[in-house]
This record gives sequence, C-alpha cells and structure tokens, in this order.
Amino acid sequence: MSPIVLTPTDLALAALLVVLDAVISVVLRLQLHRQVLWAGLRMVVQLVAVGYLLRFVFALNSPLATFAVVMLMSLIAAREIATRPARRFKGLAGHLLSAASVLLAIFVTAGLALATAIRPQPWYDPRYAIPLAGIILGSVLNAGSLTFDGLLGGVRRERGAIEAQLGLGVPFQKAMGPLLRESLRRGLMPVINQMSAAGIITLPGIMTGQILAGLDPVEAVKYQILLMFLLAGASGLASLAIAWLTVTRLTDERQRLRLDRLY
Amino acid sequence: MPGPSLSSVGLSLRGLASDLAGPFDLDVAPGQAVVISGASGSGKSVFLRMVADLDPCCGEVELGGVSRSQMSGPAWRTLAPYVAAESAWWADLLADHFQPSHLAAAQALATRLGVNVRAWDGPVSRLSTGERQRLALIRALVLEPPLLLLDEPTGPLDPLSTAAVEAVLAERIAAGGVLLMVSHDAGQAQRLAAARYRMIDGRLEAAA
Repeated sequence: MSPIVLTPTDLALAALLVVLDAVISVVLRLQLHRQVLWAGLRMVVQLVAVGYLLRFVFALNSPLATFAVVMLMSLIAAREIATRPARRFKGLAGHLLSAASVLLAIFVTAGLALATAIRPQPWYDPRYAIPLAGIILGSVLNAGSLTFDGLLGGVRRERGAIEAQLGLGVPFQKAMGPLLRESLRRGLMPVINQMSAAGIITLPGIMTGQILAGLDPVEAVKYQILLMFLLAGASGLASLAIAWLTVTRLTDERQRLRLDRLY
Repeated sequence: MPGPSLSSVGLSLRGLASDLAGPFDLDVAPGQAVVISGASGSGKSVFLRMVADLDPCCGEVELGGVSRSQMSGPAWRTLAPYVAAESAWWADLLADHFQPSHLAAAQALATRLGVNVRAWDGPVSRLSTGERQRLALIRALVLEPPLLLLDEPTGPLDPLSTAAVEAVLAERIAAGGVLLMVSHDAGQAQRLAAARYRMIDGRLEAAA
C-alpha cells in the first residue's frame, strides 16, 4: 500500500478552513484574523522550505551535513528555551546553559537510539537522524523551557523564604529544594501526559504518520514505544541539566542568592 | 549560652564595603550590644546583610579572631544568623521550620515570649504578624549563635512582648554573645545597655 500523495489543490481546499477561522474572527470581532492568516502563511513557507532542505540533505547523505542540521536545530531550540522566561539571566549565561542542556539531552538520547535500537545503515542516515532529532528536540524544548521558566520566575517570588533559610545557615541547594522539585515536576509533566494518553486518548504522531504511509500498525507501535521512552529520557535529562546549571548560576562560592545575575 | 568560646576579641569589621554602603570599621566586644538607627533607606539592612555575607562585599570580618573567609557561607551564617525585618516562611506547618533537635528549646522560648502553644500544631498562615516575628527570632536563637544580626526584632510587637524579647536578648548578651541590631525604638538601646550608632547615607556614626 503506497502513501496517498497530496496535490496542491488538496492543500488549497484545506486552507479554506484557516480562512474560515479568519472569517469567524472578523464576524465576532476577535481581532485574531491577522495573526491566524499570518501564522498559516508562515507555516506553509517554513514547512515547504524544510521539505526541500530535507530532500537536499537526504540526497547528500553525508555525516557532516546531517550533524550540521541537527546542531542547527538544537541551537534554535536552545535559543527558544533561553528567551522564554519573563525574567532572564544577564549576559550570555541563559543561552549557554540552555545550549549545554539541549545538546546533552539530544546527543545522549538520539545517539543512544541510533547506535543501539534503530541502527540505520549508515548510522548517520539523515532519513532517521533528522526526524528523530526533531521530535526529541520538541520534547526537550518543552521540558527545558517549563523548568527554566519555573525556576527563574519562582526564585524571585520565593526570595524571602530562600534568604530566610540562607540567613540561618541552611545550604543553598537545600533552601532551593522545594522550588527545584516543583520546576522539575513542571518540566516532566508534558511527557508524562503524553505517555499516559498514548493509545487511549490520542494516537501519537509518529505512528499515525507511519500508518498513513502504509506500515503495519503493530510495527508502527513499536517505533512509537521506543520514541516515547526516548522522549521521556530526553525530557528528564534536559530538565535536570537546566535545573542544575540554573541553580549553580544563581549562587556563588559563599552560597548567597545572586539575584543580581537576573534582570 | 553561645556555643564556641570567644576570646576577648569579639566581632571585628575592617573595611567592609559594597557598592551600596560602607566602608565599615567596627569592633564589638563579647557581651556587647550595638543598636543602629537611621532614616529609611540609609543602609541599615544592607549593613546587616553584608555582615551576614548575604550580599557580595569586600573587607574583613572576624569573630573570635577567626576570619569568616576561613569557613563556608552556611557555616558562617550558623554562627551569625540574620533575621530580616519581615519574617518569611518556607513550609506549610510551623514545626517544619525547626530541626527536631531544636523543637523543645524553640517551644520553651516561644512560651517565654508569649506565643500560644497551639501555634505549634498548625500552619504558619494562622499566626499573627507579631507571633511570626517572635518565632522568626526564635529560629535564630535556637542555633545559640555567638553573634546575632537582628533587623527590627520588636518592630510589630506590643510593649509586653517587646519587654519579653529584650529580656531574652539581654540574657544572650550577658552570656557573652554579640548583638548587632537595627531598631527605631529610642529606649531600646538604653534598656539593653547598647552602644548606639546612626546610619547616614551608608556610613556609620557613633551616636550619643
């Protein structure tokens, strides 16, 4: 069974639904139509560009090109994480520590998957490496930004309580304990939700795509299970790394709370 | 009674300064109290926080002849706890703010300071401002530190509670402790037989 190929006419018909959204916005005076149409247009341009880029990279089949694309995607994800919180670190600290966390999470999990479970020939086959990296980065982005935002937002709010403990000789890590745990919980919640819902509430994306392309459902499900485990691991690593680095950056050798390092 | 024994040296500040205030040079003998008053924003809390090493600063701080740079931040602050003017709490229940080994001593002090014994069973949210202020002070007192850094400890308290707190502080001083205190209460320095200073624009000046 070969995949059903879509024609531009098919897409244009579906685009009418976005136009419908815009019409609803105009009629009900929601002031959203500009955003909706602009987002829809952006999406088409971005995805078409990505589609051609991927075709090009797949044809190249070089480990360097694949690595470069994955690095680029990772650094963009890192930038998104760093710019998400309302309160940010001064200077480059936020960007550096989010980049470190993202790179750690992606290379450990994707590397593990490609080396052990998936084992494409060659191991750097972009047809496997790039989509895999993309999906993992989506989870890493989510987990990382939730944890980062939770920590930086919370540390200002909890300043009094943290410094009250510091003032009594409590070590910094211990004073940050509750906030740290709450931020890690936030980071891991999306992937836990995804795993709980998989198969019962939602049919996850990858297996949907594979089924549409003609793969046997039981085979598709195996890929999905592997992927969910990878996502859980990557989310956990990203949240943990970003939390640890942030806590380290928020203190100094005298274990003070260094809010002066935040805007 | 203060834990580690102090030589006759007590607290010594040399060139303690930051962007916000200072430099400060001060010597306080053991068994002495210092009360600092001054206009709002003049740097009194900033000064106490510097001594507590909660804000970056330069200069030398010695207690009993031992420089604070020779120990970790937390170790120093166990010897010189800082109690802010407004108390802050990090757990739901009052009892969770004390180590189990300190709980009995804390409860004894609380009774002396007029805090209702029922407070110990419940959450912090049910306590009044005055009770919280006293309990925040007790959090530091149970550490039995040789140096106490107190920011307006009796600010929100009525005269009876104020007298009770002063009695406890007087005991600690008499036993050889050092007390650095910010206070707007004019009579307090006299009652504690403390040396009086005024903070003016980030500089300390001895007051009559």
